[in-house]
Amino acid sequence: MALFFSKSRKLVCLKPKMGFLGSHSVHHNHTLISPNLRHPLRILGFYPPQFAFRRFESTKAETQLNNMHSIDNNSQVLNFPGFKVKFTSHLNFIPETREERVHCYRVLDDDGYPMTSNFVQIDKEVALKMYTDMVTLQTMDTIFYEAQRQGRISFYVTTLGEEAINIASAAALRMDDFIFPQYREPGVLLWRGFTIQEFANQLFGNKDDYGKGRQMPIHYGSNRHNYITVASTVATQLPHAVGAAYALKMDAKDACTIVYFGDGGSSTGDFHAALNFAAVLDAPVIYFCRNNGFAISTPVSDQFRSDGVVTRGEAYGIRSIRVDGNDALAVFAAVHEARKMAINEHKPVLIEALTYRAGHHSTSDDSTKYRPANEIEWWRRERDPVTRFRKWIEREGWWSAQAESELRNNIRKQVLEAIQVAEKTEKPPIKHVFTDVYDVPPANLQEQETFTRETIRRHPQDYPTDVPI
Amino acid sequence: MASSFRRIGKLASISSKNRSRGFSSAVDQTLKKSEGISPSKSVNLFTAINQALHIALDSDPRAYVFGEDVGFGGVFRCTTGLADRFGKQRVFNTPLCEQGIVGFAIGLAAMDNRAIAEIQFADYIFPAFDQIVNEAAKFRYRSGNQFNCGGLTIRAPYGAVGHGGHYHSQSPESFFCHVPGIKVVIPRSPHQAKGLLLSSIRDPNPVVFFEPKMLYRMAVEEVPEDDYMLPLSEAEVIREGSDITLVGWGAQLSTMEQACIEAAKEGISCELIDLKTLIPWDKETVEASVKKTGRLLVSHEAPVTGGFGAEISASIVERCFTRLEAPVARVCGLDTPFPLVFEPFYLPTKNKILDAIKSTVNY
Repeated sequence: MALFFSKSRKLVCLKPKMGFLGSHSVHHNHTLISPNLRHPLRILGFYPPQFAFRRFESTKAETQLNNMHSIDNNSQVLNFPGFKVKFTSHLNFIPETREERVHCYRVLDDDGYPMTSNFVQIDKEVALKMYTDMVTLQTMDTIFYEAQRQGRISFYVTTLGEEAINIASAAALRMDDFIFPQYREPGVLLWRGFTIQEFANQLFGNKDDYGKGRQMPIHYGSNRHNYITVASTVATQLPHAVGAAYALKMDAKDACTIVYFGDGGSSTGDFHAALNFAAVLDAPVIYFCRNNGFAISTPVSDQFRSDGVVTRGEAYGIRSIRVDGNDALAVFAAVHEARKMAINEHKPVLIEALTYRAGHHSTSDDSTKYRPANEIEWWRRERDPVTRFRKWIEREGWWSAQAESELRNNIRKQVLEAIQVAEKTEKPPIKHVFTDVYDVPPANLQEQETFTRETIRRHPQDYPTDVPI
Repeated sequence: MASSFRRIGKLASISSKNRSRGFSSAVDQTLKKSEGISPSKSVNLFTAINQALHIALDSDPRAYVFGEDVGFGGVFRCTTGLADRFGKQRVFNTPLCEQGIVGFAIGLAAMDNRAIAEIQFADYIFPAFDQIVNEAAKFRYRSGNQFNCGGLTIRAPYGAVGHGGHYHSQSPESFFCHVPGIKVVIPRSPHQAKGLLLSSIRDPNPVVFFEPKMLYRMAVEEVPEDDYMLPLSEAEVIREGSDITLVGWGAQLSTMEQACIEAAKEGISCELIDLKTLIPWDKETVEASVKKTGRLLVSHEAPVTGGFGAEISASIVERCFTRLEAPVARVCGLDTPFPLVFEPFYLPTKNKILDAIKSTVNY
């Protein structure tokens, strides 16, 4: 404290207001007359002599300080490289949280009634495609999950509970925008026209999988749809989205990038790197955080102390909003507006969507081991985003029970057919072990391919028969 | 030292055989360009790098240069004048965050740009290790060639400098040589640096390009002023000999050359090979040389254990076992962190190499 006061000579006579939590002041009266005070009178020359030796109410000191501002304005401002800041006599610490958590933007209530007219209107055609795709996503999840349980595919990740995030965010974008997904956003790809068959091909790693059978199931990617291939690594795609956004800006494209990640991803170094780079480089990128409460088993209370992820934006100089992730209209509106800001103003935007991972993390996980089954049940029953959206389109007169039943039957049939086709399609040929490491296989890979083929010839029993040689 | 590099520079034009192998390189289209006689100047290595960057930005409007302190010219002056000439949109400072620099560069490269990222010292590349290993190197493979970040080049000064201690001296190349999907390139001289850097920038694969910072000012040689490229994945015999083959790269080659000169005085004829590209590396040139000499010595500044010398040694033993007349010698850094005061003890010096040459030849 002594050191502090000796360095802040102009403030020494004032009552320090240490604003922990904003409202609490801590008074250290005895420190005011510090042995380190040097010539306070000379510094504050025009003050009455007793001022330096007696404690005055800060309000009075404030008034006097304000006078000083007008007299000696320059000395009250710190001219720091890059910016100026005003000095203050308040020893205030910024509180670690606000008194109230950041509010969550919402359009539809739990029963699908609009609570406001303050949202981006969508027409019937878009609304019906949104609903159709949400149902498709649900149906794919149910059947593909079951296929994994039957041992037909090796792994699967559902998007249950996050259908609105997937589909509504995709619907608010345009096809020229580039998607940098985590792994729980297949709905964005679905919205863009990736077919159920294409999904199935990836899951089965057959020869029609664009990834050539190299990655685990759910690692979709499609250059036709500007959807960068999924990687298992968490949040590493965040800085990629900044670089790509910078490229779009330099090319003067009417497009942005959007990058999805979870609450767990917000703890990574790449999250920090990406947000800071995006702000500094004015990159048109939308950060879309799916805060679904869990990173595998780790609840957000073990992940961060901040008010979620939305509050991080300000620290980086990035506009941010929190939305109800189970409300398709709220997600749509937030992404729609964020996109405009990103492109027109070359500004990154952070969206935190609050939702709940209504399924397990993956087929390798049983989430009832770390969270109550009735909690999962409640979210599925009471806060299902697909049901909520259906209620809204029903009230708009765009949907009926009959349409519902036809749609679900139809999609179910398509998914089952896609599985059958994908399962029967042969695997990618062995040469694709060696292609695409580089643009052309270098000498060492050519040698290793030759060696591998000779080994297969000698020991065919060691190798799967469904991979064409 | 400088004179020795001028010599190496002259020797550099000795070989470069034209072979048809499966190494991809952007070099073929522009090699011809450099065949004509073009004006050249005697310049140091950082100036040669600077020339290459000017040419890269000038010849491709989709090229960008960025990194810490790049805007004002860089702490080693390699990016001098670039921002003034090409603007702050294409040449710019980044925040101090290596994973951010490389991650950003991957995204930029994925959009069909040439992203030339500078890591201020190779010692600080490790925060970006995940982005290089898990992202850049696998970007093409994991997408089935739907996407690639081949336009990415990561430049980083590396190696001993006389006073760099732990964190301004390391040679981390072997970490990256274990990563399929990237190329690792290290030049030995100004002329090489310019040609190899332009090849790396234009190569359709991500490249990690380590620049021997000891040579930034010390190595001076004639460098053509125009645009030229040198092929990647092609080693070069820079000194012909018959008794023993020495393989190295970067700044270490000058030390090795001095050892060769000393050995010659004692009647030992050394063949010196500059590997230039560490992965994918040119086994054939090394193999041909060892089949001729029957002996191999590999030397690098990085710690001996797990260094790239081990890979060369193993590969050559596989290919040349019956021709070898002595065990392969490795003269490398000690298995310690790089120590400041003890740098002369740590380094694989001329006399350590000379001793190893003699003991190998006299085995």
